[in-house]
Amino acid sequence: MSSVVDILLWGVLPYVVLLVVIGGTIWRYKYDQFGWTTRSSQLYESRLLRIASPLFHFGILAVLVGHIVGLVIPKSWTDAVGVTEHMYHMLALTIGIFAGVGTFVGMALLIYRRRKTGPVFMATTANDKLMYILLVVTLTAGLATTILSLWDTSETSYRDTVSPWFRSIWILQPDVAAMSEAGLSFKVHVLFAFVLFMAWPFTRLVHAFTAPLHYLFRPYIVYRSRDRVTRSGSVPTRRGWDPVGTQDRHNSGYRRSGSGSTRREKTGSGRR
Amino acid sequence: MRVMAQTAMVMTLDKCIGCHTCSVTCKQAWTNRAGTEYVWFNNVETRPGQGYPRRYEDQEKWRGGWTLNRRGNLQLKSGNRLQKLFGIFASPVQPELDDYYEPWTYDYENLVASPATDDFPVARPKSLITGKDTKVEWSANWDDSLGGTANTDEQDPVLQKIREQSEEQIRLEFEKTFMFYLPRICEHCLNPSCMASCPSGAIYKRSEDGIVLVDQDRCRGWRQCITGCPYKKIYYNHKSGKAEKCTFCYPRVEVGIPTVCAETCVGRMRYIGIFLYDADRVTEAAATPDEKDLYEAQLDILLDPNDPEVQRAARAEGIPEDWLEAAKKSPVYTLAKELKVALPLHPEYRTMPMVWYVPPLSPIVDLLRGQGHDGEDADVLFGAIDSLRIPVEYLAELFTAGDTDVVTNVLRKLAAMRSYMRDLTLGQDPDESIAEAVGMTGSQIQKMYRLMAIAKYDERYVIPTAHLEEAHGLEEMGCSLDVDGGPGMGQMGGLGEASGRPTPVAIENFNALRARQTSEDPTGNSELSGRVNLLNWDGQGNPDGLFPAGQGDGAARGDAGGSR
Repeated sequence: MSSVVDILLWGVLPYVVLLVVIGGTIWRYKYDQFGWTTRSSQLYESRLLRIASPLFHFGILAVLVGHIVGLVIPKSWTDAVGVTEHMYHMLALTIGIFAGVGTFVGMALLIYRRRKTGPVFMATTANDKLMYILLVVTLTAGLATTILSLWDTSETSYRDTVSPWFRSIWILQPDVAAMSEAGLSFKVHVLFAFVLFMAWPFTRLVHAFTAPLHYLFRPYIVYRSRDRVTRSGSVPTRRGWDPVGTQDRHNSGYRRSGSGSTRREKTGSGRR
Repeated sequence: MRVMAQTAMVMTLDKCIGCHTCSVTCKQAWTNRAGTEYVWFNNVETRPGQGYPRRYEDQEKWRGGWTLNRRGNLQLKSGNRLQKLFGIFASPVQPELDDYYEPWTYDYENLVASPATDDFPVARPKSLITGKDTKVEWSANWDDSLGGTANTDEQDPVLQKIREQSEEQIRLEFEKTFMFYLPRICEHCLNPSCMASCPSGAIYKRSEDGIVLVDQDRCRGWRQCITGCPYKKIYYNHKSGKAEKCTFCYPRVEVGIPTVCAETCVGRMRYIGIFLYDADRVTEAAATPDEKDLYEAQLDILLDPNDPEVQRAARAEGIPEDWLEAAKKSPVYTLAKELKVALPLHPEYRTMPMVWYVPPLSPIVDLLRGQGHDGEDADVLFGAIDSLRIPVEYLAELFTAGDTDVVTNVLRKLAAMRSYMRDLTLGQDPDESIAEAVGMTGSQIQKMYRLMAIAKYDERYVIPTAHLEEAHGLEEMGCSLDVDGGPGMGQMGGLGEASGRPTPVAIENFNALRARQTSEDPTGNSELSGRVNLLNWDGQGNPDGLFPAGQGDGAARGDAGGSR
């Protein structure tokens, strides 16, 4: 029998996370298109960014692919095509460590750059800082599980515990027992990931959800007609989200002469 | 043939005095917000000079615009779609703030708040990026009027190119005497490479009037457009994380009034009107193999608004009748296609830019005057244009991908106009041979003179309004209470003065401008004659003239939306 804590953590929490991620994303997409951006800081600094950002992003994409393979493809399938446990483990480890370390180094460089480059640090919001903390702990925990498994081979393979549980979530029959069998390092990693996912829709990480893959297929030149929908522009459209960094600086020790306070016009047309 | 309408601008560079009024008013209207301190939708560059951002014309470095691939098809100079996606995490050729400048303000408060000291308090420059003390080293027009150009002239990409091509060394002495101003806004291209670079598809061209805009809700800050635009006229708002660009003041243009830069131009050097063009042939024209043929190809896709065939096709595409009328009277069509004196800026970028320039003759005239010649004599001018290769080559690099013949022809037309009109002004018979020498007729020259020297407001700006049936789609429209005597009228709601909804800015501007343009009194004060000065009003009773005359005024406001 699974304990109450196990049921709450591995049976209930995943659905709470899913609700927050899906609901939060829909809500933000509806109410905060204007805040939905990468908020790139390349204008301030690009020498470090040119190395760190691709390292991090390509790394994290490889990590993502690794997770999909590890979690989605059942062990029986790989067994069927004749991949032994040892082969699989070695492959996953090499690729995982490469991708993980790459991502980690990229992120470390990005954080260093963010702290050390004056304008970039100035542009960092509390939201960003929280996001970085969540990213760091989740990534560290994940990398740690990979590296720990080098020494501790006694631990049951996550393909018998975490993966079945992960797949069971999607058919609404969470296999709590399987997950409660998993090693502590996995549990920690998953829990951090839960927090990260719940924060996802409310940080700038949302830019990942609008990865522009359709760019490969759309025509180069885009024509659009004026809006046919009646909308009174004099009525301020209310945002459901605090504007991300569009206010003038208030507390930086000087005043800007003559500038208004918080103007939020959407210059360059905001009509869809 | 698919006929579309395009709002376009012509600037006559001879009349630009480099006063930057356009830049300042544009900035006040559009980019005086945090995050856009360094953003100049309109800037005025001194040529020779580096431009803004520095050396933006060096496409070997910035990779802006289009190029032809091996099969002769158009491709973004910065790479194909896949290459662009792979470079998305760190755009390899995006300009940094240093290529623009670090915006600053001054610590004015120190002037009044400083405690008594032996020294005068100073207002030190503070960076608007970091808030710290900064050293002002560059700006949007740092090399204004050749300031410091003697030291930096080797950094002008255009001069560099001419130097490489010419065998003899260009004499510095001459460069110092040769100068003109080049105001730049977004080109609102027919084949925009910023749009093609945008991974999100957030940049679009309005099918009604061809204005290129960034959808602020769909921009995700991938910043590929900044690389894509060879004119570097898309800017990154570093506070909102979105791209912003010149909007051709679409809220003004929609109600038939010119852009802020044109409206406030002291030299009256800007013309706004529409072109009809064949949208089906744009890509083909932009892919013309020889760069020097691009100017002709661009002229080719502009359609003659007086051609019945074009009119029929335009009606079939749903272009309204008043737009067709405006196209016939379009000053930009006259200058660009009919008289062929306006040229596109850098056609070799293959974006089909829609802001055109009449190249300046004045550097040559000034030089002749300086040498004691008659600067308005046709023969002297023609000779000078032919012999003074450097200004012509420089202008050709800017406007015709290096084809000096086209520029020479335009300058000769401008020279012919001066000589021809001088005879007329002095009461002599005009010398038709001058007109013939440049392949024009006397009446064409007079038409050109009329447009370039006298044209009044409504001849310089022929802007058809957006359509009434679409008026509700326009921003800032449609307060249903703004009827005569209604609570929204004159900003008098049920709760006293200034209550109720505000009058939309576009309508307020529209009425104020129309009053100014049509009034006998240039200050527009006649509107106020007979009215009570509220500053002197004691607040008692209801004297005559406390409120504006009701009936006629109200009716005028009611239909202000676009039925002109």
